[in-house]
Amino acid sequence: MLSEFIRGFGVTLKHMVRKPVTIQYPEKKKDYAARYHGRHQLNRYADGIEKCIGCELCAWACPADAIYVQGADNTPDARFSPGERYAIDYQINYLRCIFCGLCIEACPTRALTMTQEDEVTSTTRESMIFTKEMLLAPVVAGVKPAPHTDAEVTARGEEYYGGFAFTTPLASAQAAEGQAGVSGPASLGTEPPPAGVGPSLPTTRETDQAATALNAEPAPFAPEARSEDIVPEEIKHDE
Amino acid sequence: MGEHSSAARVEARVFGESELMPIDENMPSGVLLTQVAKFVNWARAGSLWPATFGLACCAIEMMATGAPTHDLARFGMEVFRASPRQADLMIVAGRVSQKMAPVLRQIYDQMAEPKWVISMGVCASAGGMFNNYAIVQGVDQLVPVDVYLGGCPPRPEQLMDAILLLHDKIRKGPLVKS
Repeated sequence: MLSEFIRGFGVTLKHMVRKPVTIQYPEKKKDYAARYHGRHQLNRYADGIEKCIGCELCAWACPADAIYVQGADNTPDARFSPGERYAIDYQINYLRCIFCGLCIEACPTRALTMTQEDEVTSTTRESMIFTKEMLLAPVVAGVKPAPHTDAEVTARGEEYYGGFAFTTPLASAQAAEGQAGVSGPASLGTEPPPAGVGPSLPTTRETDQAATALNAEPAPFAPEARSEDIVPEEIKHDE
Repeated sequence: MGEHSSAARVEARVFGESELMPIDENMPSGVLLTQVAKFVNWARAGSLWPATFGLACCAIEMMATGAPTHDLARFGMEVFRASPRQADLMIVAGRVSQKMAPVLRQIYDQMAEPKWVISMGVCASAGGMFNNYAIVQGVDQLVPVDVYLGGCPPRPEQLMDAILLLHDKIRKGPLVKS
């Protein structure tokens, strides 16, 4: 009889001295898995150039239509990313995003990755839409942030995804027209990159096509229905 | 005295012309009530009683938040009340279908004032990935939402983060909701 008594209370006593399982959240946080799907981050190369090339593949992959990308052309004077285009506007709506990571899989340059940070909480709907400035990775101290000139980039001679950053012949030609007689980085695009590295330059025929397309009157920016859903409507909605 | 504007009264006080004024007239406005509001809001934030309103997978995380590992009792709100009349916080956890919308509104109306709403997860906040005719695109179309919380579903940590933000909001809030 006494042994049962002791055994019964023994269980209670054992639990009294056991370490509590509770994680004291705001002070301490549980370690997440290394590949945890947290908030997004737009990455940069080590020299401060953005990795995002504005291809919108993330936006197309997104099952919740949470991503909005607006691309723009790099110019010899303002180079944000390697290649032709960069994202002039990039927004992720964290009231739609389900953190599935399909955008990460879709990203061809690993510009978009996910962090361990996951607290996306707010008292307003507007502040749940993260803009490009909020998503961009901070620059390392001593590194110039994104808009570099072609001259700076080529002087470094760094390779981005297996090729040099170069301005297309068309953009170079336009820049040369603007500043006639100035030689240097603007003419770089006309030279083929070293054999074996990087994407080959467009052929003459392709360039001509591109020229025709660009000489045509550029259509005013008309957001598609899905983009409208992301940006203006929800901002209006809260008012 | 009656024809004096409040500015004139303040001026009179500053220049010491009206020593015989009643004391409450001389007080800077709202000192007492501010302290009362601070105390009341401290008490309100310390003992929120959530109503059970789990609608989908977010509810599982909401239950996990109440479980020992995360222990919502640390914030004085472990008891999820089954009756809205005993609750003052509604955590809308999950997607709200059009058919559920009037139910949600009724439960909110039955809750005692002052009351707050956390919109937990993307479905409750904006419809999430369910951009279709069946799902309400954000519960703020039905009830006033105090805190929006992303995630699909949000982890218990995220829910606690939202709750702490709400605590902050309550502490800084007014004594009486206008």
